[in-house]
Amino acid sequence: MALRDRIGRALILGAPFAWLGVFFLLPVGIVLKISLSEQRLAQPPYWPLLDISEGWEGFLAFLADLSLENFLFLWEDDLYVASFLSSLRIAAVATFLLLLIGFPLAYAMTRAPRSWRPMLVAALILPFWTSFLIRVYAWIGILKPEGLLNHWLLSVGLISAPLQIIDTERAVFIGLVYTYLPFMALPLYATLERLDDSLIEAAQDLGASAFKAFWTITVPLAKPGIIAGSLLCFIPIVGEFVVPDLLGGSETLMIGRTLWTEFFGNRDWPLASAVAIVLLVILVVPIVLFREAEARRLEMGR
Amino acid sequence: MRRGLSFFNVTALVFGFAFLYLPILLLMIYSFNESRLVTVWGGFSTRWYGELLRNEQLMAAAWVTLRVAFVTAIVATVLGTMAAIALTRYGRFRGRALFTGLVYAPMVMPEVITGLSLLLLFVAIDVGRGYWTIVIAHTTFSMCFVTVVVQSRLVTFDRALEEAALDLGAPPWKVFFTVTLPLIAPAILAGFLLAFTLSMDDLVIASFASGPGATTLPMRIYSQVRLGVTPEINAASTILIALVTVAVIVAALVTKRSVMRAERGG
Repeated sequence: MALRDRIGRALILGAPFAWLGVFFLLPVGIVLKISLSEQRLAQPPYWPLLDISEGWEGFLAFLADLSLENFLFLWEDDLYVASFLSSLRIAAVATFLLLLIGFPLAYAMTRAPRSWRPMLVAALILPFWTSFLIRVYAWIGILKPEGLLNHWLLSVGLISAPLQIIDTERAVFIGLVYTYLPFMALPLYATLERLDDSLIEAAQDLGASAFKAFWTITVPLAKPGIIAGSLLCFIPIVGEFVVPDLLGGSETLMIGRTLWTEFFGNRDWPLASAVAIVLLVILVVPIVLFREAEARRLEMGR
Repeated sequence: MRRGLSFFNVTALVFGFAFLYLPILLLMIYSFNESRLVTVWGGFSTRWYGELLRNEQLMAAAWVTLRVAFVTAIVATVLGTMAAIALTRYGRFRGRALFTGLVYAPMVMPEVITGLSLLLLFVAIDVGRGYWTIVIAHTTFSMCFVTVVVQSRLVTFDRALEEAALDLGAPPWKVFFTVTLPLIAPAILAGFLLAFTLSMDDLVIASFASGPGATTLPMRIYSQVRLGVTPEINAASTILIALVTVAVIVAALVTKRSVMRAERGG
């Protein structure tokens, strides 16, 4: 290879690598470091500080001053444990609901006439392009006590007093299912579309009921889509901030919100960092699984 | 099984898409409501659009957002395309596992962590937060989406064309600009638009990365939404949705035309 090509190659690989190293990997390291520090009323509001000019000695002194106190505090304080558990529960339930709604939708899309399908896919993606915040905001006007849903239910006489939906977990589930539906339905659609119909025909010819054919053939073959869609929803939902903040009221505990309050409200940066590190540790397994699933999917597309 | 729409499938489609579109449609309809009470229809009016244009804070925030999104999309497209090429063309280079991890992780990383970690970096190296720190933060997560979009085009791509050009003695950089780039251009455009809208939408990461001087539109909308639903925000949302819809449709048409032309030419 000519020298110029080698330089070009190094640049093409090096530039994005360096960018992600400096602005993604390094910051995560800094979060880890600050999670081991303690809060100070100073600028910056944490201690100890690493002073490179003091050399090796300074570095050792700095290491000695780090402590696991924040993590102990997280473990001992019920609020944080409850936030983590409730985030995981809400994310699991929401992912299940998304699967329940996303699967029939994706399946029906693959049954639609071939000429409709690009339109249907575009219609599924389009809401994803419009602002997340606006889509969550739209539900406030619908769900609040004097909102459109209650207005309509009262006027047709289905209820006699407004339902309290907003500021409850129900509203959080509605908002999560609404905003994450394309993330679930698209990977499902991609796998279901490639499904070979003759397999199902064969099963039915051999006497399987439609339900049995669906359960023993369609579902197992759709597994890559189910896994990809579920992880694509579950991981970000665990750390979700906007939906619980705008729709969940004060009773909904989620860790993304707890971290936000800790940081912007209480200005306890070391504790917020510790929350972030624990969240990261919890999500490492699903993130690795997602990466593997994506790599396999790309291999298959080849 | 016969292909075709059973009653069950039609129901799933109707309910699924009604669920996706009804809230947005209602929001848009009520932006033309004369009444300040969002749920009581007081007649058609464009009054809130006028108020919106006179709201200097919102207008200033919209301008910041557009500038951030534009620069972000350019940088993210260049870096994301480079990463996609490295991942599909460079085989098993050293550090590949780390590199793929770095590309996929920011996409699923909870925004609060990305935001917090970047803010702590900016504080540690002591740079003033504002316009440029938001651009850096947005580029970091949106470039990964560009990579995925361009990569999925590169893996389905006929390498014989590139090899032919190389065999005929064209230097690799020339092959890239005259053969590869035109063929993956639709994917690059899609990546650019994706990066642009991701940047325009983001609230959480911008809130961490920004300083007192730079407030983006989502940050401004968020602080107003916390105080309640207002017809003005409905109007702003309607304009944003309309802009994005038009941009996506134009991009889809451009992509379709260029793909058709490429297929006819090839």
